[in-house]
Amino acid sequence: MKAKAFAYPYIFWMALFVVAPILIIVVYAFTSSTGSLTLDNFTSMGGSYLTVFGRSFLLAFIATAICLLIGYPVAHALAKEKSRLQGMIVMIIMLPMWMNFLLRTYSWMSILENTGLLNRFFAAIGLFDLINAISGFINNTFGTHLSTDLEYFEMINTQGAVVLGMVYNYLPFMILPIYSVILKIDSSYLEAARDLGAPPRTVFRKVVFPLSLSGVLSGITMVFVPAVSTFVISDLLGGAKIMLLGNLIQMQFLGGTYNPHLGSAIALVMMIVVIICMTIMNKFGAEEEQAVMF
Amino acid sequence: MKKFLTVSLAVAMVLSIGLLSGCSGGSYDAEINVYNFGEYIDESTYEAFEDEYNIKVNYNTYDTCEALYATLKNGGADYDVIITSDYMIGRMANEGMLEELNYDNIPNFSLIGDEYKGLNYDPDNKYTVPYMWGTVGLIYNGAEIDEEITSWSAMFDEQYSGQILMFDSSRDAFGVALKYLGYSMNTTDETELRAAFDLLEQQKPLVQGYFQDQMYDKLEGGEALIGAYYAGDYLMMLENNPDLKFVIPDEGSNFFVDAMCIPAGCENKEAAEMFINYMAGTDVCVANMDATGYASGNTEACEIYAQDLDDYSSQVMFPSEEVLSRCEVYLNLPEDALALYDSLWVELKA
Repeated sequence: MKAKAFAYPYIFWMALFVVAPILIIVVYAFTSSTGSLTLDNFTSMGGSYLTVFGRSFLLAFIATAICLLIGYPVAHALAKEKSRLQGMIVMIIMLPMWMNFLLRTYSWMSILENTGLLNRFFAAIGLFDLINAISGFINNTFGTHLSTDLEYFEMINTQGAVVLGMVYNYLPFMILPIYSVILKIDSSYLEAARDLGAPPRTVFRKVVFPLSLSGVLSGITMVFVPAVSTFVISDLLGGAKIMLLGNLIQMQFLGGTYNPHLGSAIALVMMIVVIICMTIMNKFGAEEEQAVMF
Repeated sequence: MKKFLTVSLAVAMVLSIGLLSGCSGGSYDAEINVYNFGEYIDESTYEAFEDEYNIKVNYNTYDTCEALYATLKNGGADYDVIITSDYMIGRMANEGMLEELNYDNIPNFSLIGDEYKGLNYDPDNKYTVPYMWGTVGLIYNGAEIDEEITSWSAMFDEQYSGQILMFDSSRDAFGVALKYLGYSMNTTDETELRAAFDLLEQQKPLVQGYFQDQMYDKLEGGEALIGAYYAGDYLMMLENNPDLKFVIPDEGSNFFVDAMCIPAGCENKEAAEMFINYMAGTDVCVANMDATGYASGNTEACEIYAQDLDDYSSQVMFPSEEVLSRCEVYLNLPEDALALYDSLWVELKA
């Protein structure tokens, strides 16, 4: 009973800053600017809104998949290292997060720009001259018309740059939960598997991976949810040419028309779609703990 | 329902004030909260006001007029003086969000040029004292672009593909397209807006990106060669990149006036009016012009400042009557027209 009392401050906090805002969003989503109940906010979300929904989920999905592909092997290898080295690497993984998120994204802007660091580096090592020379050679030999005046790679203001920004910013959120789950796997399970004659690949497939699934699931949640709702990354690295859900919601509040009702409705739909995705995944995950995956 | 939001925000505010107010001294006679665009003041001016009048100024900035509107509409903030643009003032005045000023407390209002008074957003001069004014023009890199640009057509020209920057706000971006097509920037006609939309859609593959503040760095650093932006910012960019050129295209452009006003429900109205009066004073206006690159509404200040200015900068800062006659002030549009602008904007970017 007494331990419960220490949770009251957070319960109060949660009621005020988590539950109340969600209720406000729900109320706004189902009302019009005159205050009457309506479903118009939802029915008006057709056409281009669906495109934005589709793109946001697709880009967030790609970013999450890349994070998982990069993050899982790192987490797995890390959990096997000596503990002192582990501590240091974990700190290095966390280090960028101690810097401001905006600052990090701005830095990517100056790296990826047409006149940015990366393109200047490529120019300095003569990469563009080389490509132009090769294209020129092909043109002369085969009579084609490949361009020979390449001056830079177009990297900024593309969907690729947006995905890169998501992966860079959210990768630690994938690595850390997987790492901490793998770290806690009882080594006697692994020994038992090996004693029974399982080769390393089978140990990983049948023991380590199924036991690390809870970490994978929380990693996916922690990457996918912020990625699907971001508006800063698409503004800065996508040149605002690629509208994501976050931008669409932001526009309802800070755009030409002030329409918190539509903004709340979009936010609500997004929240529900995310919840559905997560429920399906968790269900799939829970079953997988017994079943064998590959 | 709105009250609900207000109350919860108020509770949050009270909590945070309780945490923060520990260090504030009580020696000031009054305290006012001022809300202005970012980088739109010489900060020493309000500090001098604090010393001279013993009134504490809590100075905050915002990015866009729409952000200011959302803040005030929510009732989540308590500002005494706001500085914002013409069309937004019109909208707020219409919605009863502004307090009428007592011009007896603002004698410096007489220093403001008549051409900035009685404009559409405040026809009877009840709510506002003009602060700064300026124009939107086309900025381009003269070192890379040989032709002399005189038309908005350059913004839609394929030879500048990948080098063009557009405003990231529906009203401003459509404004450029509408002007190029010879329509009014304040149109609510759906056919005209559709035509502008088609033009913007064709332009999209040529555009490097849609930006507001980042436009500054990209044009100055040569990352992009051509863009529509504000004259005052152009003068600031010119100091670091002398190759940049500015033109108000033949088709015309946007002329804006930003003015000081007091939001409804202000509790320190007298102190707020003292502040407005102070900011309209000639010396203060000269200092602000120097810091921002925009022209003041105070005619005398403009004359003083123009004396030290080279001809070129002077032309950019104080365009001739002939140029201004081609420019339009944004009007506050009815809500359904704004909704149309926004939905076309989503369609463009989706």
